[in-house]
Amino acid sequence: MSAGVRIGSLMRVKVYVTLKGAVLDPQGKAVEQSLHSMGYGGVEEVRMGKYLEFKLKASSRSEAEAQVRQMCEKLLANPVIEDYRFEIEEATGSRH
Amino acid sequence: MRWGIIVFPGSCDDHDVYYCLKRVLRQRVEFVWHKDRLVGRWDCLVLPGGFSYGDYLRAGAMARFSPIMQGVVEFARRGGLVLGICNGFQILCEAGLLPGTLMRNASLHFICRPVFLRLEENDSPFTCAGKKGQLLRFPIKHGEGCYYADRLTLRRLRRNRQILLRYVDEKGKTSASANPNGSLDHIAGVCNENRNVFGLMPHPEQAAEKLLGGEDGLRIFASVAATCGKGERRKWLA
Repeated sequence: MSAGVRIGSLMRVKVYVTLKGAVLDPQGKAVEQSLHSMGYGGVEEVRMGKYLEFKLKASSRSEAEAQVRQMCEKLLANPVIEDYRFEIEEATGSRH
Repeated sequence: MRWGIIVFPGSCDDHDVYYCLKRVLRQRVEFVWHKDRLVGRWDCLVLPGGFSYGDYLRAGAMARFSPIMQGVVEFARRGGLVLGICNGFQILCEAGLLPGTLMRNASLHFICRPVFLRLEENDSPFTCAGKKGQLLRFPIKHGEGCYYADRLTLRRLRRNRQILLRYVDEKGKTSASANPNGSLDHIAGVCNENRNVFGLMPHPEQAAEKLLGGEDGLRIFASVAATCGKGERRKWLA
């Protein structure tokens, strides 16, 4: 049980949704081609994902993690083609 | 029989489906608002094309949580017929009523033009009025119609003959150039294992009158009407 998380804390949540490796990413390819034509020839394998940020009131860090996991599984990521990971920190800015 | 067309905020082809069913095929059909509960006896529910919830986050991702969807899912689990067209297909995949998902077209372009389709299986309530291998022509208009599923799912779809429509050329052959959006295995439409839920990206409701370019789309709706009319729906249940 993590110390220092007060009851009813406001958390800041950052969610990263990324395409699974096997999935074709034409948007990533288009961005890669643009970067190449800008002169950045060293760029390879661009993949585009999504980033979401929100605040969450939860009574504990583990409750917050459970809720965010459910949100990702049900809505924020499509499990057929996307993976997700997230970071949770206290909204006051102190990290755990 | 009684048809219901589910209307989400952002649905736009609901009226085309209504016109096709009511005026062309003379069916009993009603609109059902997404916030309503599903009450009464229905034979087939249609999830029409459009941009429900603006396609925000992912096409169909939020529509699947609309209040009406609980009723639609229960109706489908009981064996009721559900037809998802374009955005409707996307919603059915997001809701888990159909396998796989629809992604951004491989070309990244929104494509709006008629395509040739091959009717792959005619033992479903949605294709029984057609012949296996038959060539059909209806329009597509979408930016996210690239069908994708993992290898195991594709194997299962083929084994169970759940792929009902494929994109083909005018000679009825599949090819990269005949595939407008990069869909896996040229898939344009699939049904579930029970064959009571069908999703397709092309628009049959927009090929319902010769005067407007063709009436091949009627075959899909006529199949359902024939199935329900003869009370044969039970045949498709596991």
